[in-house]
Amino acid sequence: MTHITVTVDGVRYEDQVEPRLLLVHYLRDVVGKTGTPVGCDTSNCGACTVLMDGVSVKSCSVLAVQADGSDVTTIEGLANGELHPVQRAFHEEHALQCGYCTPGMIMAAADLLRDNPHPTEAEIRDGLEGNLCRCTGYENIVRAVKRAAEAGVAP
Amino acid sequence: MTAVTETHAAELGRARLRKEDAKLITGQTRWTDNIRQPGMLHMAFLRSPYAHAKIKNVDVSGALGQPGVVAAFSGADLADEQGSLPCAWPVTPDIVIPPHPPMAVDEVRYVGEAVAAVVARNRYEAADALALIDVDYEPLPPVLDMRTALDDGSPRVHEAGNKCYEWVFGNGDIDAAFRDAPVVLERTYRQQRLIPCAMEPRATVAAWVGDEVTLWSSTQIPHVVRFALAAFFAIPEQNIRVIAPDVGGGFGSKLQFTAEEVLSVLVSRRVGKPVKWTESRSEGNMSVHHGRDQWQTIKIAADRDGRIRGLSVDLLADMGAYLMLVTPGIPLLGAFMYNAIYKMDAYSFRCTGIFTTKMPTDAYRGAGRPEATFAIERIVDELAVELGMEPLELRERNWIKHEEFPYTTIAGLTYDSGNYEAATAKAKELFDYDGLRREQSERNARGDTVRLGIGISTFTEMCGLAPSRVLGSLSYGAGGWEYAAIRMLPTGKVEVVTGSSAHGQGHETAWSQIVADQLGVPFEDIRVLHGDTQIAPKGMDTYGSRSLAVGGLALVGACDKVVAKAKVIAAAMLEASPDDLEWSPGRFSVRGDPEAAKTIQEIALATFAAHDLPDGVEASLDSDHTYDPENFSFPHGTHLCAVEVDTQTGFVQIRSYVAVDDVGVVVNPLIVEGQVHGGIAQGIAQALYEEGVYDDSGNLVTTTLADYLVPSAADLPSFTTERTRSPANNRLGVKGVGEAGTIASTPAVVNAIVDALRPLGVRDITMPCTPERVWRAIQAADTNGGAA
Repeated sequence: MTHITVTVDGVRYEDQVEPRLLLVHYLRDVVGKTGTPVGCDTSNCGACTVLMDGVSVKSCSVLAVQADGSDVTTIEGLANGELHPVQRAFHEEHALQCGYCTPGMIMAAADLLRDNPHPTEAEIRDGLEGNLCRCTGYENIVRAVKRAAEAGVAP
Repeated sequence: MTAVTETHAAELGRARLRKEDAKLITGQTRWTDNIRQPGMLHMAFLRSPYAHAKIKNVDVSGALGQPGVVAAFSGADLADEQGSLPCAWPVTPDIVIPPHPPMAVDEVRYVGEAVAAVVARNRYEAADALALIDVDYEPLPPVLDMRTALDDGSPRVHEAGNKCYEWVFGNGDIDAAFRDAPVVLERTYRQQRLIPCAMEPRATVAAWVGDEVTLWSSTQIPHVVRFALAAFFAIPEQNIRVIAPDVGGGFGSKLQFTAEEVLSVLVSRRVGKPVKWTESRSEGNMSVHHGRDQWQTIKIAADRDGRIRGLSVDLLADMGAYLMLVTPGIPLLGAFMYNAIYKMDAYSFRCTGIFTTKMPTDAYRGAGRPEATFAIERIVDELAVELGMEPLELRERNWIKHEEFPYTTIAGLTYDSGNYEAATAKAKELFDYDGLRREQSERNARGDTVRLGIGISTFTEMCGLAPSRVLGSLSYGAGGWEYAAIRMLPTGKVEVVTGSSAHGQGHETAWSQIVADQLGVPFEDIRVLHGDTQIAPKGMDTYGSRSLAVGGLALVGACDKVVAKAKVIAAAMLEASPDDLEWSPGRFSVRGDPEAAKTIQEIALATFAAHDLPDGVEASLDSDHTYDPENFSFPHGTHLCAVEVDTQTGFVQIRSYVAVDDVGVVVNPLIVEGQVHGGIAQGIAQALYEEGVYDDSGNLVTTTLADYLVPSAADLPSFTTERTRSPANNRLGVKGVGEAGTIASTPAVVNAIVDALRPLGVRDITMPCTPERVWRAIQAADTNGGAA
């Protein structure tokens, strides 16, 4: 077991974890952040995307021990009193149906806009390539990211 | 439809933002894998690595005693209580329905079939212990190709042989239609095996308290699961509660009563603790039922002027290794749809269901109808080439004209409404059909290495499953009704109970809109409850684009009863005769004295107080209704797709995609548009990307999303969607929209690719049309001098 200290959505946690424990299982099963779901086991789907020290990672492909000392933001910590512009845009553009991919998609989109605040449609599509959605055909996800970009996402 | 009044602005047709979203965008979700119960243990399954093998012995003792391991079971350990999974659709009297134990006992028949289970403190410990279970297999030859599975000498999947059933159907004199027909074409198309890949992997939690069990499951059909547990596993129905909490997509894959659900319930009872099972994606790709997998031989007879005389269809349908809930019936849902929107003199259909050593097939978005639409829309294009006709003109020559509705088709269905002319005209205009045809001729003339192709799909589908009487005549094991209840709360707010268990469709929003109009209450005052058999006790659940066309009408029936009850009480409150009251949404007023009125909220409160109710009137406005449709509904549309095909690399790029759909009256355009987008994407995925592949030993090689190519945003184009409207013959005028895009888009894309490459001699490409397949088709056509 390894001792780790991780800040998740603004709260500091100290835990003893198995070195093989995936960050996503740490978040879900140890910290209780079940807002971050698991959609695959090969890091293809992106449903588990979170921000680690401000950068998006697929939390199924990070070990909890690698997050030692890091600051992790999940979908549950993205809203700051009010919805994050990307969250609001997903609602307003009907960019989700079943919602299972949505946490990862929103986190990936937030990171995309941090990198590139005014992406073209092609840049949005390429930027979200690592996140799969089975419901929307991505049309409204692209519209939502554009809308969030227009609204201006705080860095 | 409800009239617009001053007091209530009509909700139907409003692009309401969804009530469902708030929790989904903030992570406050209740996926089954999020459910925790006190003392809960985790289960993991050991699955067969062989496509076909005798099980000589399963030794679970290695797993027992490992850290955290509470129990381990083989199929033999559960044999006395695990029974056999039911098939609800015995399509012929002599169908072969082999025993289907939830956990294999003597023999495994596909890679991924469960052979043992471990129950441990957590998912890691359970997975570790699986490696220590010893299974002694004696491999048997697999059966992998349904085209040779009925040959003499083929290995047998089951003792009874590899033929499951043969189902025939037809109307008109098919021999006469083909005899002396000036043009007869025959084509064979492959509907590849697809893996549904809902984003949420399946999960279950089973928890017993005394003799009562609660099963949380990521399912589309909690009511059917409850019934099946009671009917086939000897658990008294009143002791079973099934909950479908938030469910992350289904697309038919969760229209199933699964081995894992049964085993969760049985194992939880054995260990006396709540048990959770969550599949990995790789496990799910092997063991969630697959879709499609048919060989279609289709033959069309026509006159030289393009009139279709007859159509004959002969299917081979891969059942996989066992029959699951509706496995044998899926191809037959297409039987009524091959004739599509076209008039003809005769039609014949035959389907042979065949067992192979693969994962069973069952419902997948569209279920039988995409297959039918693909084959007819492909061969109609070929017929146009044969006749030298413009493909849209050939279609119009044969389709049912808008003034001919209602029209009884050669397959015996009565299409109540439609306007194929209007949808096609709108699609052509949005697409710039004539402009693209001109560009295509120019580029073909100059031998462009990147070819432009235009694909057409003028489709219809049967939705709103289904009139119970029709299902009975097709030997289906249940009815097709849907249930709704309205509970008027004392403060005038409304709880709506629906038997239609949503998993992404937006029922909470759309149902609120319907009820708001029916009762004249604010959208915000309505709460929709579903997905828990204790809260929504009756239902037939969500599949087959049935929720709105059946469940929506159940809401209207229940609201009628609320209004009728309210009328009696309002009359007493107003000291008037019920006959003198007028209803406008939200209030009763006395005819000729509009000031004398009571709102539905006032009536609800008075009913709750019950101080002054007329004699014999019960103190409740609550009502429920079970609606059984009289007919299917028939959404239709015209989808047009333009592709750019690089003849040097075989790469296909969709340049534009226009979808004009007629889904009747629209409750919420935002939701309708979203359903169309997602449906188109799933159909494009079949055309270009996805295929479930087994190797020569029967191993599934597409177990991951790296191998099974669910498209990303970068792989798909932007879609242009529009609507035309011919209201369905029901009280809301609604038809359903869940599957339309998927049914329409696959042939539109493949027709476009073939259209692009036809000048090079290409006549067909087997799906998925990967760059390699497209490139090879071009090379083959070139080698054969255009006679491929």
